[in-house]
Amino acid sequence: MTNSFKKVLLGDQGLVVIFVLAFALVSIFVPNFLTERNMLGLLQSVVTVGIVACTMMFCLAARDFDLSVGSIVAFAGMVAVMASNATGSIIVGILAALLCGAAVGLVNGVVIAKFRINALITTLATMQIVRGLALISSDGRAVGINDPNFYQLALSKLFGVPTPIWVLLLLFVVFGFVLNRTVFGKNTLAIGGNPEASRLAGVNVDRTRIWIFTLQGVVCAIAGILLASRITSGQPNAAVGLELSVISACVLGGVSLAGGRAAIAGVIVGVMIMGIAENVMNLLNIPAFYQYIVRGVILLLAVLLDNLRSSALGRR
Amino acid sequence: MSFLEFAHISKSYPGVQALSDVSFSVEKGAVHGLMGENGAGKSTMIRVLSGDQHADYGDIVIDGQVQKYASTRDAFHAGVIVIHQELQLVPELTVAENLCLGRFPANAGVIQSRQMFAEVYEKLKSAGIDIDPRRKVKTLSIGERQMVEIAKAIMLDARVIALDEPTSSLSSRESEILFALIERLRAEGKVILYISHRLDEVFRLCDSLTVLRDGKLAAHHPSLDNVTREQVVAEMVGREISNVWGWRPRAIGGTRLKANGISGEKLGQPASFEVRSGEILGFFGLIGAGRSELMRLIYAADPRSSGAITMDGKAIQPADPHQAIRSGIVLCSEDRKHDGIIQGRSLEENINISSRRHHARFGILNPRKEVEVAETFIKKLKVRTPSRKQDIVNLSGGNQQKVILGRWLSEQGVKVLIVDEPTRGIDVGAKSEIYEILYQLAEDGMAIIVVSSELPEVMGICDRILVMCGGRISAHLDRDQFSEQAILAAALPDKKTPDAIAS
Repeated sequence: MTNSFKKVLLGDQGLVVIFVLAFALVSIFVPNFLTERNMLGLLQSVVTVGIVACTMMFCLAARDFDLSVGSIVAFAGMVAVMASNATGSIIVGILAALLCGAAVGLVNGVVIAKFRINALITTLATMQIVRGLALISSDGRAVGINDPNFYQLALSKLFGVPTPIWVLLLLFVVFGFVLNRTVFGKNTLAIGGNPEASRLAGVNVDRTRIWIFTLQGVVCAIAGILLASRITSGQPNAAVGLELSVISACVLGGVSLAGGRAAIAGVIVGVMIMGIAENVMNLLNIPAFYQYIVRGVILLLAVLLDNLRSSALGRR
Repeated sequence: MSFLEFAHISKSYPGVQALSDVSFSVEKGAVHGLMGENGAGKSTMIRVLSGDQHADYGDIVIDGQVQKYASTRDAFHAGVIVIHQELQLVPELTVAENLCLGRFPANAGVIQSRQMFAEVYEKLKSAGIDIDPRRKVKTLSIGERQMVEIAKAIMLDARVIALDEPTSSLSSRESEILFALIERLRAEGKVILYISHRLDEVFRLCDSLTVLRDGKLAAHHPSLDNVTREQVVAEMVGREISNVWGWRPRAIGGTRLKANGISGEKLGQPASFEVRSGEILGFFGLIGAGRSELMRLIYAADPRSSGAITMDGKAIQPADPHQAIRSGIVLCSEDRKHDGIIQGRSLEENINISSRRHHARFGILNPRKEVEVAETFIKKLKVRTPSRKQDIVNLSGGNQQKVILGRWLSEQGVKVLIVDEPTRGIDVGAKSEIYEILYQLAEDGMAIIVVSSELPEVMGICDRILVMCGGRISAHLDRDQFSEQAILAAALPDKKTPDAIAS
């Protein structure tokens, strides 16, 4: 490896460079990769992970953790379908789902911030409780959507691009702005950097953490509604293991699990790398079992790269 | 013949030339002082010596052999032990276990405890260290832990022992024990590198001295016989400092903050005091006397169990720091690393963290204002940094302290500034700069409370001193009544109280 190449790789934008290189390589060598159809399919496949990653980034940046996201996505999807079936109004269904997501997030936040219970334990508990709620509400069965207009949430297109992709892009922009350009975003990063010093500097730490979890709940609900629309039903077993994919994508994107470091560009790249890996393996007909291994290896490599980068910056 | 030699050491970090072409040597059986302001390159020097960082250029020579070590482990094997300010002991293990860590006397994996304790007991005894090897490290005082660290160096047969600010958190009695131990090590022919800000200690202990300034060798004194303190201070700061304190009389206004019967979990007896506009009020006491605890209660960093606070005659009830700041009280904590700086974030963000509320609209930042505020205070407080974007952990202690001051000076409507140990670990030059800032703030009508364990400091800069002892305010002195005896007499617990408070 030449010196300047090493510098670029280990620099701030190292991951972006790797992403661009990888993208160029697979475009050339993998047939059918760089087609409009495949590109849209690729983006569709990362919508759920991408949306949830937006707020998981805040969670991790504040030194917290949320394992309950997969369950909230499934539960919110169920609520959206059942409420709209019951009332005949899609709007009511969506609002009910958002409200339920927010409520779960709020409970997470209050328990973690006010009662000082470890976030890992709290969300491990709510993950199971909420999954249980999703299963109980439908007696464990999938609930079909009555109103065909509900499908349109996922099927409708704007300028040839499906709505969920627009939602994803919009959320990337919004949360990128919130992280970098608002007091809330900066406070989140400060809390992750040093929670006690942030409190003494006048940051309302408890309130900020509660907001982070509440937002996470709302955003999971959005992902849940779109997912339900795409799979045309509320599935109580949807999005199992989502939390791990989302956290992997964030870590891949350079979000520090020790808190205080996050960037939306990194998270986008992280989400895309995971998506591309899966997409390419599908195009190459690699059996699904191998995909687990590849995903794990990518994650390990990314963390190793991150480690190299921080030691290149000096271990101070 | 010199035993330890630094030859043309250079080292740079992104944006900073930390050391440039520094050479000096130390004799065997000598205590060698290493002095310099914060950011002068002392820490970098120690890092290079310990193998934690590699010099870009230059060599370390020990006993005629050029050392090429790749890690701290290699330095360790070459007989170099560095004792850092943050001690590296495992709190849950006993003294003996800590000392034998990594090489337990074991039989088939089972630790031979009796043998271990006996061995360590002998070693400690022969070194003159009076600590029971069966005690857990977490039960030791900071001074005792330092002794254990030094004992570790002795047990590992170190040839070069570097001590980085060893007395910064020791009581004077503990310091005496440490000095006796250093004398003993010198007699055994070890090379001791003694890094300190305290001129008294350096002149008392050291045989020779090196002064660094801005990463360069400012002076090397093979003997301290004809060297004066003033000369060393001048070498450190590069100019003469005539009067470190620079106190001057100023107009003092009406009562600003009045605290009545304040108590909390860590401060059992209610304390009352008041501070006036334009006044610098000192709080002196030994560690554990309750000064920091009282200040944290005023700032609502800890919950109060009783007491009333008035600001400019109006009752206020801050429930957390967020509210305290909004009623005009700010606090610079004693523990910068834990309670002050936000690690991993830039100077700019560290300065703006609180005061951005004055220019952010609907929670959205005003980036231009943030830059402006950061640049203003970096310049005003003379913070030495390559850029406002620099991560705050890369700054020296004095510069971090200035950034935290900047955080509060950029706030609007501050009426009471509380600074807890404002100059701990800070060199002479930066000290007088910080005092000057405090005077200017007081002249503008702010009430300033200085908590300090350094008697010359409180006597030098304060208009009035309250002394605390064992959790209560034990004396009240105006500037014309200041005397070391009176203050110390009030600070020392009487003979009936356990000595534990002093340590």
